[in-house]
Amino acid sequence: MSKDQATSTPFTKGLGFFVLLGMLLLIILGIFVSPADVNQGESVRIMYAHVPGAWLAYLAFIVTAVSSAAYLWKRTRSLTWDRIAGASAEVGVLFMGISLVTGSLWGRLTWGTYWTWDARLTTTAFLFVTYIGYLAVRGLGGTHQQRARRSAVLALLAVLEIPLVHFSVEFWNTLHQKASVAGRGTNVEMNGLMLFTLFLGVVVFTLMYVWLVLHRQRSLMLEDMLDDSGLDNALNERRAEATRVGN
Amino acid sequence: MTSQQRLTGTTVIGTARLIAAKDLRVELRSRVLLNQVLPFALIVMVMFAFALDSDAVLERVAPGLVWLAALFSTLIMVSRSFAVETADGALDQLRSAGVPAMGIFIGKMMALMAQLVVLVTLLIIAAIVLYRAELSWSGSVLLVTTGLTATCGLAAVGTLYGGLAAGAKGRETLLPLLLLPVVAPVLIGATRATESAFGTRGVSTSQGWPWLGLLAVFAVLFSVSGAVALGPLLDD
Repeated sequence: MSKDQATSTPFTKGLGFFVLLGMLLLIILGIFVSPADVNQGESVRIMYAHVPGAWLAYLAFIVTAVSSAAYLWKRTRSLTWDRIAGASAEVGVLFMGISLVTGSLWGRLTWGTYWTWDARLTTTAFLFVTYIGYLAVRGLGGTHQQRARRSAVLALLAVLEIPLVHFSVEFWNTLHQKASVAGRGTNVEMNGLMLFTLFLGVVVFTLMYVWLVLHRQRSLMLEDMLDDSGLDNALNERRAEATRVGN
Repeated sequence: MTSQQRLTGTTVIGTARLIAAKDLRVELRSRVLLNQVLPFALIVMVMFAFALDSDAVLERVAPGLVWLAALFSTLIMVSRSFAVETADGALDQLRSAGVPAMGIFIGKMMALMAQLVVLVTLLIIAAIVLYRAELSWSGSVLLVTTGLTATCGLAAVGTLYGGLAAGAKGRETLLPLLLLPVVAPVLIGATRATESAFGTRGVSTSQGWPWLGLLAVFAVLFSVSGAVALGPLLDD
């Protein structure tokens, strides 16, 4: 692989270094230095991964939706937008998975249950499944343009779907399930160090997201180039065959 | 300009009518709905009874089971609706012949909705017969409105996502993954409204009408976005 086809640049190398450093600091602060919570005890430490994970998952899907819209809009149409959308959705699904797992573990410790039919939780689960479907559609094949258009339309439909799901679950809850476990034992009294750790978590996770998306976007571009060159090579081989036969 | 608009308008509606008539004619001749989908829906209703194994529970959850069975059958019907189009590349030919995509969408949606109405009617009769659900006169007005609004929403989403997956390899397995999360609001809304219509758990009929609002919003949103989005999706 030639130098210009690598996925890293001096910028991403520097960024990656900061992410590693920040992650190390986050682990030290989150697990060893910051105090246990008065109400939740040690389980509050899960929050330092759960909250940034959830924030990032939602950010990733907003980025996917915006880049999809940018692809569909004729004046900004470029496959780069499509690759950013795809890379962001992949990273988003990963972080959504992390935040669902950490969230249900935290719920078990704090509420005594892994899951509750709270609107926010249910919407998150639907978002997770919807974007798994989105990634499946990206893998359907066809030309790059076909993939881009199909998945961009799907990403915009998800923007329509998710608020509807959220609203209907909320409506369902208010009418039928009065007492939810959500809200019990959740009052966290955060001191300065805990707040700082949480803030650091959000910053580090966000930088990690940027690093991951930049790399993934570039590797997707290389995959597309490989596809194209594969086709070109095959065409050239056939042409060479034809000239050989002709001679 | 106005005559131009009127012309496009009539082409869209005319196309829609032709496509819907064609789909229903295909259905009448092949009898796939009658011989395969409706029996499938019925056997699902019977299997629910085996699984839940209690008359009291069945009566309590009857509305939910009706709409679950309707959703599963919708998946089959959407697959079928687009398998007919893609089998001989008919969809590509329609598009290259300059047939407006909006007309295709409305036509296929209408045909699908007509079939869904038959299906849901049968499922509600099955719930009354098998699960002892009871229906009053005021309840039946709510039930008919719910059925029409919900099937309209299901048909719109089904046609849109069916068109999205049409022609792709492995669409049979992909369609349920794409479609089921989207139709969750229909399942919630239609089930609650049907509960009110049946008077399950002493819920009164008047409590069902707000849910109809949700179903109507869903139907309108996805009808409009489907009519707009199907063109770009098929233009590959």
